[in-house]
Amino acid sequence: MSIIKQGLAALAAGALGLTLAQPAAAAPVKFDFWFGLSGDLARVVDTLCKNFNASQSDYEAVCTSQGNYDATLQNTIAAFRAGKQPTVVQVYDVGTATMMLSGAYYPADKLMEENGYKIDYSDYFPGIARYYATSKGEMLSFPFNSSTALMYWNKDAFAKIGKTEAPKTWEDVGADLKALKDAGYDCPMAINISGNESWQLMEQFSAIHNQPIATENNGYDGLNARLEMNKTKFVQYVGDLKKWYDAGLIKIKSKDLGQDMVQAFASGTCQLIMTSVGDHGTVGKTQKEGMSWDVAELPVYAGTERKNSLVGGASLWVLSGKSPEEYKGAAAFLNFIHDPKTALFWSTNTGYIPVAKSGFEYMKANGFYDKAPYKGREVAIASLTASEPTEITRGIRLGNFTQIRAEFGTQMQAIFANKVSVQEGIDTLVKNGDAILDRFQQTYANKTLP
Amino acid sequence: MEKRVTFSRWSIGILFAVPQLLLIFTFFYWPAGQAVYWSLTLQQPWGGGNIWVGLDNFRSILANTDYWNSITASLIFAGISTGLAMVIALVLATLTDRQLAGSRLYRVVLIWPYGIAAPALAMAFRFILAPEAGFMAAVNKVWPGFWDPGLNGADAMASVIIAFSWKYVGYNFIFFLAALQAIPRSLVEAAAMDGSGVLRRFRDIQFPLITPTIFFLLVINITESFQDSFGIVDIMTAGGPANATNLMVYKIYSDGFKGLDYSGAAAQSIILMLLIIVLTIFQFRFIERRVHYK
Repeated sequence: MSIIKQGLAALAAGALGLTLAQPAAAAPVKFDFWFGLSGDLARVVDTLCKNFNASQSDYEAVCTSQGNYDATLQNTIAAFRAGKQPTVVQVYDVGTATMMLSGAYYPADKLMEENGYKIDYSDYFPGIARYYATSKGEMLSFPFNSSTALMYWNKDAFAKIGKTEAPKTWEDVGADLKALKDAGYDCPMAINISGNESWQLMEQFSAIHNQPIATENNGYDGLNARLEMNKTKFVQYVGDLKKWYDAGLIKIKSKDLGQDMVQAFASGTCQLIMTSVGDHGTVGKTQKEGMSWDVAELPVYAGTERKNSLVGGASLWVLSGKSPEEYKGAAAFLNFIHDPKTALFWSTNTGYIPVAKSGFEYMKANGFYDKAPYKGREVAIASLTASEPTEITRGIRLGNFTQIRAEFGTQMQAIFANKVSVQEGIDTLVKNGDAILDRFQQTYANKTLP
Repeated sequence: MEKRVTFSRWSIGILFAVPQLLLIFTFFYWPAGQAVYWSLTLQQPWGGGNIWVGLDNFRSILANTDYWNSITASLIFAGISTGLAMVIALVLATLTDRQLAGSRLYRVVLIWPYGIAAPALAMAFRFILAPEAGFMAAVNKVWPGFWDPGLNGADAMASVIIAFSWKYVGYNFIFFLAALQAIPRSLVEAAAMDGSGVLRRFRDIQFPLITPTIFFLLVINITESFQDSFGIVDIMTAGGPANATNLMVYKIYSDGFKGLDYSGAAAQSIILMLLIIVLTIFQFRFIERRVHYK
């Protein structure tokens, strides 16, 4: 009994001590940062936050993982409606249109200016910046973790068919897959056809070939945009993939079937995959002992003038309705993340690429891309900066794009299961996707994209 | 003398009932009312500027062939998984009730599945039924291409049905066993002495006496198969391939939470609610007549 009493007394004294100590130490202003990464990546973000908190004594970022991108957006919306939103939140690329129309943000460029930070926006790679900027070029959010899609190829397997380079055109890919099959490889190439792979298969392909996904410059010019990939080169591409799948040159690999693409490549089972540069680290860490592999830009059809690929990943949004002190903290935080040293830390510990030229140069100067585990990641920068972004390759600005991606998965599955022809499947994708866009436009009848 | 408690004034009675009514209102009718309101508007996810559209949401849902496919898929899923879960549970409960050697062990072991959360068991079944890595991989070695839930809709449906039924076998088993053990031993023993076999005793004595339990479980299983299946679907098939396992409740979840279409999801949940009400009324109206409560 007395022990409990003593314990309570000690606790009370401790609490009292804390309250008394606070004013003297001028407690840092706390603000919340919610993010959507988990596992290994979440630990890197936590370290990033610790580094920020240690770098100064005025502010304290409280960083909380919400599990994944979808959940982060859902939780933030729920919190916002209850008036308990975080100050900074990480939102994935496809949520950009929804965020822009939400009216729930504090423009990042305005925030930085008001708090006395000078950011040189031309320092961002244009392909990255324009994805998150308004049509007038204002940066409403700051790019954070960025990636793009690359082709991973197994050098050992290609050596067997007398090749020392990755295929550059889709015509070459077709020939190489056949040769690999004939050389005894059971799975020359792996793809997945769920909604998430819309990113590599539909979005990146269309950008590189300068083909539109939707009218109104992929939605940048208005909410009345409608899909049109049933009339572009994309149809031929799906047709080729299907043809190669039917011939056994491509295998479908996904987690629910037992092994995903990245595992299939790293274990040497499949010789070619297309996935994010963000997986570069994972392949390096989990690859079969002694396997030699490399990355290359995604192939194009012969005769195509290659354009820049699209950025993937997420950006940081500052939400409205917080106190001036919290905004000061948020501005300091964004400034910290923009620092080239942070870029080096971030890219070393994840597979993501630097988002600004200064960060890239700093990393190059430090010899980052010369060392074994990171060598090859500069291909992602080359792919993102292959050209000045065109009206079509600066990004995709479509409402409820998550649902359109899900519809992509559904129709690809129908096509690969021979339920519909390639053209029928993509026509249905356009029809159902248009209904989603129509609904989004009705919901935001009184608003226009900034 | 009047034994019941009566109140001199009705207002005092109301006063005592208020907390209860308030609870019912807050937890049942208010959210349901909110869903009805949302279903009649177009909701902007971040709030602000909601547009009244009347029955437009319902019209567009009912004009959508994908939605009708998801109703069909839900009915198939509910029918087969309820049937499987109940028949298997009844067989196991009957065997356990006969007090075979080790029946107490079976009793404990068979109750476990119900305690496992849907996502956990879905992960387990995803591995077991994976065509390239799990148990079914062995079958595929013998008959290549026999099992492919990745592209074959029927296989995918079978895998979610198996996972869901497996969970409810445990639940049903508890109820069936309790009902069977409540039957007086002497009845069954007397029949045995009269020379009736196991099946005959089951058909004429045990089965009629447990019909109230069967009816109760039927209602619960069908209702749950409409509502409790989305965790399993989300992890095992995500509604695919090509919408083959896009059950109504999963479509509500993915449209509402992933797609941020709150109004469309609200309208769909109203339809699902009505469907469950109709099915339950149907069961009470037509099946309950065959139930012997005494």
